[in-house]
Amino acid sequence: MKIAIPVDEKNKEANVCISFGRTPYFLIHDTESKECSFLDNSAASSQGGAGIKAAQFLVDNKADILLTPRCGENAAQVIKAADIKMYKTIPGSARDNINAFAEGKLPVLEEIHAGFHGHGEK
Amino acid sequence: MKIAVLSGKGGTGKTLVSVNLASAAEESVYLDCDVEEPNGHLFFKPENLREEEISVKIPAVHEKQCSGCRVCVDFCKFNALAYIKNRLVVFDEVCHSCGGCILLCPEKAMNEKEKIIGKIQKGVSGQVTVYTGMMNTGEASGVPIVKKLLNENKADEEMITLIDCPPGSACIVMESIRDADYCILIAEPTLFGVHNLNMVYELVKLFHKPYGVVLNKCQEGENPAERFCEEKGIRILGKIPFDNELGALNSNAKIAVRESEKYRTVFSSLLETVKKEVRHEAAVNP
Repeated sequence: MKIAIPVDEKNKEANVCISFGRTPYFLIHDTESKECSFLDNSAASSQGGAGIKAAQFLVDNKADILLTPRCGENAAQVIKAADIKMYKTIPGSARDNINAFAEGKLPVLEEIHAGFHGHGEK
Repeated sequence: MKIAVLSGKGGTGKTLVSVNLASAAEESVYLDCDVEEPNGHLFFKPENLREEEISVKIPAVHEKQCSGCRVCVDFCKFNALAYIKNRLVVFDEVCHSCGGCILLCPEKAMNEKEKIIGKIQKGVSGQVTVYTGMMNTGEASGVPIVKKLLNENKADEEMITLIDCPPGSACIVMESIRDADYCILIAEPTLFGVHNLNMVYELVKLFHKPYGVVLNKCQEGENPAERFCEEKGIRILGKIPFDNELGALNSNAKIAVRESEKYRTVFSSLLETVKKEVRHEAAVNP
């Protein structure tokens, strides 16, 4: 199973990024091999629709689980359609969140915000 | 003669100035391009309304023909398309109607469909023909509505036309001033006002539009926007005082020019100044 987390830096101790669509990197953690990799998020500099593109990127990289502090409605539509499960992160590092998820301590992310469409774009 | 009225933020007095200038003219056209929240019609209360719906073209997908090549997904600069579980998904409200996906699809799996994004309302208020662009909530861009508004006005080319622009300096404002012969920038007497004035000042310079500034809400004492104009050598067309009478008229949706002799004089003289500027521009830069 692959877990994806938006992170500010390319290491496991990095903080979870507050933005899903415009995070600089995604950490991909493989629960079977326990290996970690980092992907540059090409959606970060998008003119618009960053959430959609970032979600497409995770679908293409075959993520099963997404740990994120929040998610906009367009991205959520893509993620749900791809059957990726979303959980809400706790303050702390990516490693803390992977551990909390393994212990079943992260709640399912149900609250989807309306997005920040047009702000920073127009 | 097309005169665009713009400012870097909302609430500086674009509508106040454009509505009153239109009302001060013998015969005029008023175009409300602030399609996200048009409010000029609240003052004019136009009659004999005619409405026309405005639509844009967005892609419709024929799933059976889609091969999943994702040329469209990769092409879209606005990321309005996603390909998930062997299905192409279009995000209608993110689409900017460029038509690129339809052109590029090697399987011809997409065609255009109409989507209504708002309307144009035309009416009459005294000697002013009032056009209002109204965009539906949640749409990506009001540019198609502004384009249509400006086109509608082609017939009255010679008439004094006031273009009430949306706030800011984004695409929709660029579209609104595209054909303008002159731009009036409205500024508030604060440091924040100077910042906003600078945004539209840079915009009109970039577009090589002749321009001048109207200082609104003027009080005793220092006016940072006035100082900014002096430093940059920007023509100040007029000053509108921070005045109870004007504020009361305006907040009751009354047109000051139609209610008060004093303000008829203020705006008539401002209109004459602007007309002179436009004629001067036409003579110097034909």
